[in-house]
Amino acid sequence: MDIKRTVMSAVGSATGSARGLTTGKGSAAGSKPPRYSAAGLIAKGATGQSWPRVWREVPLKKSYDVIIIGGGVHGLATAYYLATNHGITNVAVLDKAYLGSGGSGRNTAIVRSNYLTPEGVAFYDRSLTLYNTMAADLNINVMFSERGHLTLAHSDSALRTMHWRAEVNKLQNIDSRVIDAAEVKKLVPSLNTSPDAHHPIEGALYHPPGGIIRHDAVVWGYARGADHRGVEMHQKTEVLDILCEGGTGPEGKGPGGKVTGVRTNKGDISAPIVVNCTAGWASLISDMAGIKLPIHTRNLQAAVTEPVKVFLPAVVVSGSLHCYVSQTDRGELVFGAAVDPYNNYNVRGSLEFTEGLAGHILELMPGLSKMRLLRQWAGLCDMTPDYSPIMGFTPVEGFLCDVGWGTYGFKAGPVSGEQMAECIATQQTPKLIEAFKLERFVHDNLVGEKGAAAVGH
Amino acid sequence: MLLVPCPNCGPRNSTDFGYGGESRKRPDPNEASKEEWRTYLYLEDNPADWMVETWYCRSGCRKFFKTERHTGTNEFRNPAIPGNKVGGTS
Repeated sequence: MDIKRTVMSAVGSATGSARGLTTGKGSAAGSKPPRYSAAGLIAKGATGQSWPRVWREVPLKKSYDVIIIGGGVHGLATAYYLATNHGITNVAVLDKAYLGSGGSGRNTAIVRSNYLTPEGVAFYDRSLTLYNTMAADLNINVMFSERGHLTLAHSDSALRTMHWRAEVNKLQNIDSRVIDAAEVKKLVPSLNTSPDAHHPIEGALYHPPGGIIRHDAVVWGYARGADHRGVEMHQKTEVLDILCEGGTGPEGKGPGGKVTGVRTNKGDISAPIVVNCTAGWASLISDMAGIKLPIHTRNLQAAVTEPVKVFLPAVVVSGSLHCYVSQTDRGELVFGAAVDPYNNYNVRGSLEFTEGLAGHILELMPGLSKMRLLRQWAGLCDMTPDYSPIMGFTPVEGFLCDVGWGTYGFKAGPVSGEQMAECIATQQTPKLIEAFKLERFVHDNLVGEKGAAAVGH
Repeated sequence: MLLVPCPNCGPRNSTDFGYGGESRKRPDPNEASKEEWRTYLYLEDNPADWMVETWYCRSGCRKFFKTERHTGTNEFRNPAIPGNKVGGTS
């Protein structure tokens, strides 16, 4: 039996010892990045000055305190909160492409906290709280629009699950309730709520704090905030290998070992802590450290229409019809669907998706029959067996994971960054992510989130 | 679109098929340790490379078969092998 297969048995043997991290070296620790203002815009326009770069491009150093692999919302938020909350600024964020080029730029930008498990609800609620104050915290307009989130029920059993979710939510003080078809019609008049529909709408789980946000601005905001505090971002820097010593596997990798750095296409870098914040490539990166993850990678496809006058006041999700839709502030309708049914690392779209999606959307909103799709795209989703993420320490000392985000990674970005930063700084697993440890697959303490994490499973 | 090569029905659209995932040998229930079961249940190789996988020809011959696909390019290679769902060799 090879090393990858034996990792699970040793999960938990290494929880990481506290080590001295240099703190408080950021040039402007504590302060916020400068504000974008109308006055600034006019001044720049009048004088023809160009805008400064939002983050620095500096040469790669030979060593850091923390290396974060993956420059998406998770990696950048982790770097930002390490610098802001814990004063750890000797940090490098590495991305093999450009910042926000993966899942952070491919999701459908929906945020909500109406999950099914108490662990999930508490976690995502914290994320929503952070999203609420993000514009002020990062001094950037993230265009958060708290417009309400409707999960439609087309059958009695779906309605039962909605009631279940609503009760779990209410216990934790989340604004979430089941409404009937008449109230659904009042909220979203364009929905076909006729009982003659093929899949009649029987009711919905209504979650007023849910909404949409501009995902690129979230990525840039965190990058700018982290840069302001001294964190380095390195784009086009691909991690080719993770360097370990003392492990039971080849080249000192695997359980019982410890991380010494990473090998990139720009040379070797040493660091006592390496964090895997990738999506799509999470299991490949973990393999480099000899850690096997229970993940299979699938595609999730999405599409957007031409812009029309704003008519859709809420985010509408239908699990039974495998689709969800929201309207951006520009008037485009953004559609998403279920993950493709086979393992895939290829982000190419398919005609089946557009055909299936169009059919289902028209069942919900027949009035959209003349809408034209502008484009479609796909993103990689790392699916775990229980539809919950894998966060925190691994059996390799100094190697941490923030992965397995399936179809719900973007909405968890801020809280993941905050909790991972705490995890790294204190070398202890914070309570909020205790349930998401890799060890849960050894002890069979799964956090079953399938009923609320995505559509159409 | 994915054209899946069924050994009996020829290439057909992937929507005609059920996906069985990576073909793996099911441990012997009488001898497998808990750890082996866990490995079988949860840990896949998930390669960005050639992968032997199981498909079920749902709308055609209703047979399971194994074939090899590249998860990065979605090319198929090697003729499909009829076989059972759990990745046996038959």
